[in-house]
Amino acid sequence: MSTLTTALIVAFTIVILIPFYRLWKGPTVFDRLLSIGAVGGKVLALILLLGLHYERLDMFVDITLGYAVLNFIAGIAMAEYFRLKETQA
Amino acid sequence: MSLLQSVIGVLLILVGFTFMLLGSIGILRLPDFFSRTHAASKVDTVGIIVVLMGVAVLEGFTLTGGKVLLAGVFIALTNPVAAHALARAAMRKGLRPWRRGEPKTPTEPHPHSGD
Repeated sequence: MSTLTTALIVAFTIVILIPFYRLWKGPTVFDRLLSIGAVGGKVLALILLLGLHYERLDMFVDITLGYAVLNFIAGIAMAEYFRLKETQA
Repeated sequence: MSLLQSVIGVLLILVGFTFMLLGSIGILRLPDFFSRTHAASKVDTVGIIVVLMGVAVLEGFTLTGGKVLLAGVFIALTNPVAAHALARAAMRKGLRPWRRGEPKTPTEPHPHSGD
């Protein structure tokens, strides 16, 4: 399973790197927040694949749950913050 | 781990990988913020859930597999909500959707046109 999971981890990492272009060159701040949310969601799947690779899925799935909660709270909080901010995006 | 279990799990992970790839390309290619929200909320959510189902199949009927499915349920509830909150904040801020015939670069958001 080691070779297969290594190939999957490399492929997922390449897919995760794609939205960083939108983070770098988003026209508005909401595009950047959207790309950050998309990267956070994809990183959840990557963490589970790392757990399969190291054969310690029972530890990595707890990290996944915590990361999912943090990603959700951070997305909501940053959206509200940039809505209430006075200066333009 | 039986052979059938491994094959189904890896196939599910590859299907989810395809959806996540399409979501990333959508975030990269679609013309304005509100259409990019579709790619980030719908396509990515399906991709992550299918990958999590594949990992749960590879793990089998254990407590860890149940936790993986629980993480999938949580993603199904929260990921579209976060994307909707972001789109609502952008709409309240004054960002307007792109229409056919306008230039691709979005205009500056109007200062107080929200609400």
